[in-house]
Amino acid sequence: MSISNAPVKVETPFRRFVAGFCESKVALAGLAVCTLIILAAIFAPWIAPQNPYDLAQLDIMDGRMEPGTVGGGGFTYLLGTDDQGRDMFSGILYGLRISLLVGAGSALLAGLVGATLGLLAAYVGGRTDSLIMRLVDLQLSFPAILAALMILAALGKGVLNVVIALVIVEWAYYARTVRGSALVESKREYIEAARGLSLPTRRILFNHLLPNCLPPLIVVGTIQVARAIALEATLSFLGLGVPITEPSLGLLIANGYEYMLSGKYWISFYPGIALLLTIVSINLVGDQVRDVLNPRLQK
Amino acid sequence: MTVFLLRRLLQASGVVLAMTLLVFLGVYAVGDPVEILISPEADQLERERAIKALGLDLPLWRQYLVFLGNALQGDLGRSFVFNEPALRLIFDRMPATLELALGATFLALLIGLPLGLFAGLRPNALRSRIIMAGSILGFSLPTFWVGLMLIMVFAVQCGWLPSTGRGETVTILGMRWSFLTWDGLAHMAMPMLSLSLSRIGLVIRLTRSGVRENMVMDYVKFARAKGLSPNRIVFVHVFRNILIPVVTVMGLELGGTIAFSVVTESVFAWPGMGKLIIDSINVLDRPVIVAYLMMIVMLFITINLLVDLSYSVLDPRVRLESRE
Amino acid sequence: MARNGWAAALGVLGLGVLGVALLPGLAVAQGAAPSLTMAVGAPVTSLDPHYHQLSPNNAVADMIFDGLVNRSARDQGIPGLATSWRAVDATTWEFKLREGVRFHNGNAFTAEDVAFTLNRVPRVPNSPSSFALYTRPITAVEIVDAHTIRLKTAVPYPLMPTDIANLRIIDKETAEHATTEDFNAGRAAQGTGPWRVVDHRNGERIEFARNEQYWGGAPAFGRVTYRMITNDAARTAALLAGDVDFIDQVPTADLARLRREQRVVLSETIGLRIIFLGLDHSRSGATPFVTDNDGRPIEPNPLKDVRVRRALTLAIDRHAIADRVMEGAATPSGQFLPPGSFGHVPGLEAPRANLEEARRLLAEAGFPNGFRITLHSPNDRYINDARISQAIGQMWTRAGVRTNVDAQTWATFVGRAARQELSSWLIGWGSSGGEASNPLRNLVATVSREKGWGASNRGHYSNPGVDALIDRAMVELDDPRREGLLREATSMAMADVGIIPLHIQTNIWAMRRGLQHEARADELTRAQDIRPAAR
Repeated sequence: MSISNAPVKVETPFRRFVAGFCESKVALAGLAVCTLIILAAIFAPWIAPQNPYDLAQLDIMDGRMEPGTVGGGGFTYLLGTDDQGRDMFSGILYGLRISLLVGAGSALLAGLVGATLGLLAAYVGGRTDSLIMRLVDLQLSFPAILAALMILAALGKGVLNVVIALVIVEWAYYARTVRGSALVESKREYIEAARGLSLPTRRILFNHLLPNCLPPLIVVGTIQVARAIALEATLSFLGLGVPITEPSLGLLIANGYEYMLSGKYWISFYPGIALLLTIVSINLVGDQVRDVLNPRLQK
Repeated sequence: MTVFLLRRLLQASGVVLAMTLLVFLGVYAVGDPVEILISPEADQLERERAIKALGLDLPLWRQYLVFLGNALQGDLGRSFVFNEPALRLIFDRMPATLELALGATFLALLIGLPLGLFAGLRPNALRSRIIMAGSILGFSLPTFWVGLMLIMVFAVQCGWLPSTGRGETVTILGMRWSFLTWDGLAHMAMPMLSLSLSRIGLVIRLTRSGVRENMVMDYVKFARAKGLSPNRIVFVHVFRNILIPVVTVMGLELGGTIAFSVVTESVFAWPGMGKLIIDSINVLDRPVIVAYLMMIVMLFITINLLVDLSYSVLDPRVRLESRE
Repeated sequence: MARNGWAAALGVLGLGVLGVALLPGLAVAQGAAPSLTMAVGAPVTSLDPHYHQLSPNNAVADMIFDGLVNRSARDQGIPGLATSWRAVDATTWEFKLREGVRFHNGNAFTAEDVAFTLNRVPRVPNSPSSFALYTRPITAVEIVDAHTIRLKTAVPYPLMPTDIANLRIIDKETAEHATTEDFNAGRAAQGTGPWRVVDHRNGERIEFARNEQYWGGAPAFGRVTYRMITNDAARTAALLAGDVDFIDQVPTADLARLRREQRVVLSETIGLRIIFLGLDHSRSGATPFVTDNDGRPIEPNPLKDVRVRRALTLAIDRHAIADRVMEGAATPSGQFLPPGSFGHVPGLEAPRANLEEARRLLAEAGFPNGFRITLHSPNDRYINDARISQAIGQMWTRAGVRTNVDAQTWATFVGRAARQELSSWLIGWGSSGGEASNPLRNLVATVSREKGWGASNRGHYSNPGVDALIDRAMVELDDPRREGLLREATSMAMADVGIIPLHIQTNIWAMRRGLQHEARADELTRAQDIRPAAR
């Protein structure tokens, strides 16, 4: 990657990256929305008027109320309620938490596993390399959605199970990406020098090699977060994702879809919008990051 | 060449073998197919009979060996649910899935190529930005949500298109196809569109970046200097250069499209393989699950192999012995 | 110029896309004879009537075949291929067969076909759930003449006419060497029923033509297309879009809209499927999903205490569930069967919610601060199953029993329930034959391999008093006396809260205006129950 090797002048690679990123207003807007969503998800317990997971706070007599209705407890449901009397606004905030947790968590874990294996493959080479790459091939030769379906069918529902399934289907992307750039990097002088100094392998891998493989890793990571969120929503829709008592956005949509035909659009519509905003904003950010980091498009 | 093919074949059988083992263990972990299939009134005696009838009384490793033995003779077992050979069930449903996936790919190229070309040629025009934002939307929209919305709008509200199912079919080569009848096409329109949305986004982006990269290359400058018309440069020279990678990627994606039709088929009650596999997972119909996954893996391997082979034909610099 | 070229290209493209989008929904051309397109929610897996004991298969088998005894809309036995039946002595049932009946292929129906059917039933290869249950009591088959047959049993067997209704009669000549595949291909599916199979595409659709010679009178429609659309919303959408004329398993979410819809009429009746909660009676020590409020296991198992069970049932507001969660498509119940069924206990009402009493009972049982429980539930099996479980979670939590709901797919759930890993769970039971001995024997009778009882008694409830009453009822040929025994057994099991009954589902079908349908208690969706409405 050219950035890291560019002779360091006044502008650091990071500053240049920021400047490049800010060139696109759409991406900035995406970043703003994205930040807002993440904040909303983190502070959900303080913002949300209701804890949608606490069955004692729900009342089926308040079920399927239109947005703006005042419920039995004298409480206004801004975005209406679902069939259980769950406040949709709170449900969406908590749903965002689950969706983001699953998306970011699986991307982080998969990135960790994938990057480590990718680095190892590139650095050690030989039999380790071909073993890891065969594993990657095996993983990539199999459609993610089917693999995730099978894994979840075996594990059962649950947030943790979804994360596990997503990590298993995603690590290979990271491994391949990191190996590719690490192969290039490890031929360079500074790595040769580090080897010459007989620094410990772990240190060479993580302190020297990894930082220089980061840009492509970040690009893959952002896109995979969005992908993971969408995949989780799809799995939940198919009935194999998270449980109904801890609904993600995807499950809220699936749960509410049955009511669409009878005009109770809000149960499915608002979570749908939230999901869309989340994925689109992350993708917008990821897209711009890729453009900025792509040396072939740099001026 | 032969060595390469042999090695690939060996590798493929390894993958298939590993996969069958995983599926066997996976289904075993989920639960007992008999519990799901049997009538709740069935007493102990009847349960034991059913377990024996389905060959589930043997220890798991014996079941696996029996399966392997039969598989070597081309018999992947009989569906627990339908009592028909699993392979035949899948082949029966395959044309429906294939035409959906191919149709979606075709639609993606039809819509994505011109839009991508435009966005690549005028990267700063407002329309290009809208196209690019649209392509991100195409990526981001969850397929199931799009499918549901399409049904709501076009079938229920407007009544223009049939909501679900496959419609009239025509039998060719012993298989039923629906793209040859109006009714069939009308049924295909929505599932095809919802399946192709993310592919459209992909084609737009591939085309756009291809155009942008090609337009600054020397041959374009040379052609311009020679005084060729811009249209000719774009539509003949650049287009040809970007078409190869785009078509290759779409070919590679075909396997994914077929796999992803699981979702589309569930939403639109499209009677293809994807619908079959979801139903089979729900009732733990192991023979069908195993056979389907084997089919998919074979398909992926074949597609990858074809791509590699065609590359080596197109570009002699690519040596088949090394994968990188 | 380039710009114009672009505009043209995009224009053409846009037109193409529009063209695809605007393709008119070409309805299948309607011929002169009225035809009918139905969509059902559960896939039919086989046309072999003896392959898989499964409601969707039975519905289609009812269209193609007949039993000796058929079942009325309220699931009572009515003459089918037998015109009459009686117990000639304590262990012999005699059936008089209908004369002049022919199979679809023209073969005449005789006692030979009945004997052949009874012989085939337990011998269908690879059957995942056979009908052998219903032939097992028969020890000998005696053909008296071409139209009289006698069935012998070892002990008096009052349920013979009820059980025999499950067995559809097939043609000996056609089926002698036929496999399940031959039935699925339609070749061997030659019955005496009102519909002939024209085409069958596994899991997708079945095409039928009417049997002009049907002994019960030819049906109203010339052709029937029986489609399978498993997605609930898609099925309703198909009806609203006019793609199909008739759907079953109407989702409760769409009820309100469909009732307002001018183009659509509904047909409904109270069903025979009770939704109830099972409890772990098998463990005397701690049960896995009940803990005290600090998460420690409780010994002994609180669910063994009838006061706790009573508290749990009193904490549930069944009317709220029926109204809000089921949107009116359920009747709260305090027993297995709806009024009018054989063995229904008059006056045994659904318990009224009483939080005070529930708390008092809990305190009396030694849990003034309640405890914690996990309620397990399927989420894809019964109408609104996971939603009902959540509502119960709300109600139990309010009574002081902090409830966590764990809803899984049926495949996962039923495996765990069968391995007895659960403490409390939501499940349903459809009483075939519509009489109380069926749920009593399967749900609350002590699990017994010899008797074949307690097949779905997953909590291993056991009450010797209930067992003794069922024992007596099972050999009592006098119907009024038998009904008395069954009522007594039901009352006893309910007073002891062996299970916690919630409600009985309402079966709902929807069709375009201009059709009428006789709603069935047993949930079967059959074309012969549909007619053009009288104007």
